[in-house]
Amino acid sequence: MTGAGTHDGSLERLKREGRIVVVGASLAGLRAAETMRDKGFTGSLTMIGDEPYEPYDRPPLSKQVLLGNAVADHTALPRRRAIDADWRLGVPATGLDMGARRVRLGNGDEVEYDRLLIATGVRARPWPNPEEGALKGVFVLRTRDDGEGLQRALAAGPRRVLVIGAGFTGSEIASACRERGLDVTVAERGDAPLVGALGGVIGAVAAEMHHENGVDLRTGVMVTSLEGDPSGRVRAAHLSDGSTVEADVVVVSLGAQRNTEWLAGSGLGAGPRGIACDAGCRAFDVRGIVTDDIYVAGDVARSPHALFGYQFLSLEHWGNAVAQADTAAHNMLSESADRRPHLWVPAFWSSQFGVNIKSVGVPPMGTEILVTQGSLAERRFAAVYGYQGRMIAAVTFDNCRWLPFYEQQIESTAPFPPPFSTVDRRPEGAKPQPADFPDPSVPTHGPTITLSGYSPADRKMTFTPGR
Amino acid sequence: MSQALLREIIDYANRANPYPLYEELRKTPVSHDGDGPYVVSTYYEIHSLLHDPRISSDAKNLKATGDDLLGDQSDEEGTTLPPSFLKLDPPDHDRLRRMTNRPFGPPHAPHRVHDMRDELGGLVTGLIDGIRETGQLDRIDLVDQFAYPFPVTVICRLLGIPREDEPRFHVWAETLAASLDPDPDADPTKRGKGSMDARMELGMYLAGLIEERRKNPGDDMLSQLATADGPDGAMTTMEALSTSALLLIAGHETTVNLITNGMLTLLRFPDVLQRLREDPDLAVPIVEELLRYEPPVQLLPQRTTLSDVEVAGVTIPKGASVWLMLASGNRDPKRFEDPDRFDPDRKDIQHLGLGSGIHSCFGAPLARQEAQLALSELARRLENPRLLEDPPQYRQNSVLRGPRHLQVACDGIRG
Repeated sequence: MTGAGTHDGSLERLKREGRIVVVGASLAGLRAAETMRDKGFTGSLTMIGDEPYEPYDRPPLSKQVLLGNAVADHTALPRRRAIDADWRLGVPATGLDMGARRVRLGNGDEVEYDRLLIATGVRARPWPNPEEGALKGVFVLRTRDDGEGLQRALAAGPRRVLVIGAGFTGSEIASACRERGLDVTVAERGDAPLVGALGGVIGAVAAEMHHENGVDLRTGVMVTSLEGDPSGRVRAAHLSDGSTVEADVVVVSLGAQRNTEWLAGSGLGAGPRGIACDAGCRAFDVRGIVTDDIYVAGDVARSPHALFGYQFLSLEHWGNAVAQADTAAHNMLSESADRRPHLWVPAFWSSQFGVNIKSVGVPPMGTEILVTQGSLAERRFAAVYGYQGRMIAAVTFDNCRWLPFYEQQIESTAPFPPPFSTVDRRPEGAKPQPADFPDPSVPTHGPTITLSGYSPADRKMTFTPGR
Repeated sequence: MSQALLREIIDYANRANPYPLYEELRKTPVSHDGDGPYVVSTYYEIHSLLHDPRISSDAKNLKATGDDLLGDQSDEEGTTLPPSFLKLDPPDHDRLRRMTNRPFGPPHAPHRVHDMRDELGGLVTGLIDGIRETGQLDRIDLVDQFAYPFPVTVICRLLGIPREDEPRFHVWAETLAASLDPDPDADPTKRGKGSMDARMELGMYLAGLIEERRKNPGDDMLSQLATADGPDGAMTTMEALSTSALLLIAGHETTVNLITNGMLTLLRFPDVLQRLREDPDLAVPIVEELLRYEPPVQLLPQRTTLSDVEVAGVTIPKGASVWLMLASGNRDPKRFEDPDRFDPDRKDIQHLGLGSGIHSCFGAPLARQEAQLALSELARRLENPRLLEDPPQYRQNSVLRGPRHLQVACDGIRG
């Protein structure tokens, strides 16, 4: 089988009797597999996943599951069609031999492929001190098991929950705690919740939501250590401002790490920031040369986006995983001229404190922000982000029905500030203001990670708790 | 010649089948001439304008000139009732719609519509039994004997309005629905006066009921609107009046047409009718396809621009009147494959039949449930039903389009 699709019949052969391996039994992995079968792939399909479960949906884990309104093991993803796959679940992929086209598994098996799709996603960043992180009552939230464990801990009625990190997941957890009537403290290193994703102007609105809902929000502080009792259960956390928070459940919500370690030494362009690929989802090797038989999709992929100056974006977005999987699957089974670029406009949603938050575009690229509809004070608004005179992103709080309009504006590189009037434009929407993102040269959001090493294969990450 | 085309669409002579005219209209996605409205007829353009915050639903933003087809829009300002949220922009629209939704749908009343299912089923059974009891199965008027009384009874029960008052507000409702119809031959001043009077009388009638519910609240929506005191505070009496008038009228004129258009279509496609008879669950995709294929609301003639808006290469100037031709967009071949085919197995069916964006149909969950129940029960119970008149006689209205009568015959009615 030749790598590039040519008209010598190799593509037809691949579709008929080829071997496709998908590493990552995830949302992206499943949707890609379904698309491949839809496109007439009748060869062998192997799905490899390190968790023992078939692909499941994650958004409910930080929302309905924590509230006890849904059960973690009922979040299996609906199937669009049968995929007739050989499932290797509960076994991680541990290595890749690009030359021999083989994936090594944790149990010593090797699986050969003609085409490989990597959809290994991300995992929760653990507490940097493993001993403290292992204390009973300390959680992260990413997997189904995490969700179930945390749900049980919350249902047991802890006296206080401490959430470390006020990004989207951390804020959703705090919201769920309050809805369950639990006392909760949120410690955030930045000046406000969501500040890394949406900037300080919106962060201030988010902070008010925390306060009004009775969250003990501490910003501009770091948790320096966790303290356990003699039985090995967490009992308190020490903060950088010298204070102590007593809590019997601690949720570490410090963002995610990409699952790429298994590719170390493989020669693939994989590292802590993801796996670099072209707009058609084909992975790059460490020399910056595009591969022809290895594709990437979902949270672990980093691909250039034409609309945003060809920046390599890696997006931890549900919708991106679905769209990218579809593109990758299409391209894996297409002649080169029929391949499509992945041109998805970044979009995400969150639900916290009864407010529906949605965004399109890339807010952190924005330097200015303008409230075009509604009012920040009412927490019901649409705001757009400006970057060098153009509209680069938009966010809505409880106003998402307008979002398709802003998406279309962003896609067509509409000017900023927007020159038009809108319904529900208030005086505060008259003038743009600085979007107030943290200075990227000063780490304020999430823990400080420094990198060392020159090639992705020997890169190391070091966690630095102090400023 | 869009103006001429528009007149043809509004012309009653073309009521039974406006779709060839829509096809002609779609050749120019945004058409305009003279003083007439900007008419938008293609799917993607309509969809984007429904989500465009530069488009207002508030007639105050319309430039005073132009739009002779619609008559004088300022009539409403003089009446005792303020505009309903259908004709308002945010934030007032959002606040009133949100407050109205509290007793009606999720998150505060997630089961309201679902829990009405048994009650709706009972009404449907009763009406069909009633037809059987007349013994006259060789000429049934499905509108008068079924499709009209069913949703009207439902909306009365939901709001808590005595059913026996129906003949009184039937007249007001018809007058008000007719006022939406841009009939070029009607005298706009006279029509404006008629609708103003009807609005006033309906308002006074509802005011009496609301006053009574404030004293003795029940679990109906009128009581809840009159006494609600949520995070948005309470509705003023005037707001409660115009909101309940809106629900009452919308409950009158749209679901009736959905059910009637539905039966007409099923009778024209007996194989689909047969499938529905065998599988009542098919009612769900059938109703969705009907909302695309024969939508009860054909067009939205009351939007206006707050800024210059460019659509499909045409700049619609600020303050212009914009008509969104929903039924035309639903048959746009750029959006739907083989759009003139009635196909309940269609998978991709994001139609415009219930609108989209912030003004998307408030009563949609109820309308869907009513139509699904009505059509599946009619299919199940009527033996060998057939149309006596095709096309049937239509209502005058070109906006809220549907048959005035639907004469059918059948061999029997199953128990």
